[in-house]
Amino acid sequence: MSTVLPDQFGHFGRFGGRFMPEALIAPLDELTQAWRDAMADPEFTGEFERMLREYIGAPSLLYDATRLSDIAGARILLKREDLNHTGAHKIRNAIGQALLTKRMGKPRVIAETGAGQHGVATATACAYLGLECVVYMGEVDTERQALNVARMRLLGAEVISVKTGSRTLKDAINEALRDWVASVDKTHYILGTAAGSHPFPAMVRDFVRGIGDEAREQSLALLGKLPDAAVASVGGGSNAIGLFTAFIGDDVKLYGIEPGGDGFETGRHAATITAGQVGVLHGARSFLLQDEDGQTIESHSISAGLDYPGVGPEHAWLADTGRATYRPITDAEAMEAFRLLSKTEGIIPAIESAHAVAGALDIAKELGPEATILVNLSGRGDKDMDTAATWFGLGGKEATGE
Amino acid sequence: MSDVVALGKAGVAIRKANDAGRGALIGYLPAGFPTYDGAVDGVKAMIDGGADVIELGLPYSDPVMDGVTIQRATEVALAGGLRTRDVLSTVEKVAAYSDVPVLVMTYWNPVERYGVDRFAADFAAAGGAGLITPDLIPDEGAEWIAAADKHELDKVFLVSPSSTDERIAMTTANCRGFVYATAVMGVTGARDKPSDLAAPLVARVKSATGLPVGVGLGISNGDQAAGVAAFADAAIVGAALVKALQDGGPAGVRKLTEGLAEGVRREPRAPAER
Ligand SMILES: Cc1ncc(COP(=O)(O)O)c(C=O)c1O
Repeated sequence: MSTVLPDQFGHFGRFGGRFMPEALIAPLDELTQAWRDAMADPEFTGEFERMLREYIGAPSLLYDATRLSDIAGARILLKREDLNHTGAHKIRNAIGQALLTKRMGKPRVIAETGAGQHGVATATACAYLGLECVVYMGEVDTERQALNVARMRLLGAEVISVKTGSRTLKDAINEALRDWVASVDKTHYILGTAAGSHPFPAMVRDFVRGIGDEAREQSLALLGKLPDAAVASVGGGSNAIGLFTAFIGDDVKLYGIEPGGDGFETGRHAATITAGQVGVLHGARSFLLQDEDGQTIESHSISAGLDYPGVGPEHAWLADTGRATYRPITDAEAMEAFRLLSKTEGIIPAIESAHAVAGALDIAKELGPEATILVNLSGRGDKDMDTAATWFGLGGKEATGE
Repeated sequence: MSDVVALGKAGVAIRKANDAGRGALIGYLPAGFPTYDGAVDGVKAMIDGGADVIELGLPYSDPVMDGVTIQRATEVALAGGLRTRDVLSTVEKVAAYSDVPVLVMTYWNPVERYGVDRFAADFAAAGGAGLITPDLIPDEGAEWIAAADKHELDKVFLVSPSSTDERIAMTTANCRGFVYATAVMGVTGARDKPSDLAAPLVARVKSATGLPVGVGLGISNGDQAAGVAAFADAAIVGAALVKALQDGGPAGVRKLTEGLAEGVRREPRAPAER
């Protein structure tokens, strides 16, 4: 199928575009050209596909989660992105952009990371391709995702702890952008999600859309038809757009699951689209969490990878047009799903992905037992074991009593 | 007559300085830092010290074009509870103090949130002269351009060493007041070494427009201001003034401004070419 949006200026309807310092406009134009040329060059796409296959392990399995389905009351298929090398869907985008960096002849890469998954994926791609790598990470996140900090350092990346603003993902993006303005002639910024200014939302979509393309084929092979619904968690939006893109033109319901934190009504959440306020952040017009004056509000989620007050512009557009539906899942609901999937299927998901599983449980009730629901299991939960241990009281000494 | 329109309020002030055979000085401080009143006093000190145009910062939660000095100052302002309406009332106070034009430097989202036309109307009513918009390019600026034209406000867009000649032509065609040339590839903050990217950029801008060109990013003392005034119409100073306010209060701002004002007067220069 053909994806007509964005237009040549990166607009998805009234969303997207480029709200960026002029200093970055010419580099963004060059990037747009390099990406378009690369995608039209079989040598580039062939190498990208080879790496997906041989290095990452794509296509990832489509797993018929029968035990979970019994409990959910509808058939649930899990797209096992957790089995990818480095443990999440993020590696697809990182490899794609790292290859593009090589093609542009730039020796240095910078990236932001929240959960650390994108940082690890980028550090991995840079190690493989011989690129210098600097990862910006909010100080709060370096603490709650310490394992991934160690992984990035082992892979040869420099991790810079960001101590300004709310010291989370949005501030890591700010700091990466500041670096980029000063270094853009030799540096590519591998943004980790389908957000930011043009061409990032469309370019990242190109690199992650394999998730949905594969799942579409796998569904047809397994079911002889398409699933009734596709469900994914939404932080910035890459795993969700990666899943959705293949199904946009089909009669498949699309659900984005937003981080509801303590509960949407408490105000302590990161459910950007549910909150529904339009504004400009990090280079694009989209929905964002903001106060009356347009100052960004700090988001809250137990999941570091979803803890972002903005969202990619294509999701804003899909929500606006009604093509996709977005709804929140609370921390508590996500953690219940985290435990449920671990116990029933022996699969420990990333807490981000647990949001999608929790969303699917609700959707199963709504669609009924005949429905087949495709869920993007975007990552594995190793990085979240500290959080889970605290949440469930699984610590060493206390655990003996259980 | 049409020349006067394109020059806007800031352009007229800059040309007045240039006609007197010197460069103009544009001084930046953010509203609300270190306090609401402290910022008003700081800006008055810039005016007393000899600034020709004032650039008042509207503090924003995600200032991607700012280095750590201005980041910290604007964080303090926001933590102190500063609201957009307080920035407008700061403009009103400063505009009433003298004839020096007051522009506001703002990231785009606070204006969009306030309502672009409503902001332009309230800002003009407060006596503001125009906006400097570091993350709004003319390509995305149709609503602002219309509002600025309606309310006769200056529209200062930025050009950069990385801008192509085509973009410089398009951007300067959309400016009123002056053109803001960023001297370095980087964020705000004082730098020791003068940029060798600034002079060629100014030359490229001048071949595209008759508007005055201001150069900013990195200027911190009279010597550097003198260096910039030798090839640009105005020197723009920000982080160094913020630091001066932080360390020495309004008196510190006044002293630094006087040094900068002496700098832009140092090189005897011919009246600007039109
Ligand atoms: C496993 C996993 N899923 C989902 C996300 C959320 O990001 P996005 O919305 O871009 O998929 C992250 C982010 O770190 C992640 O690590």
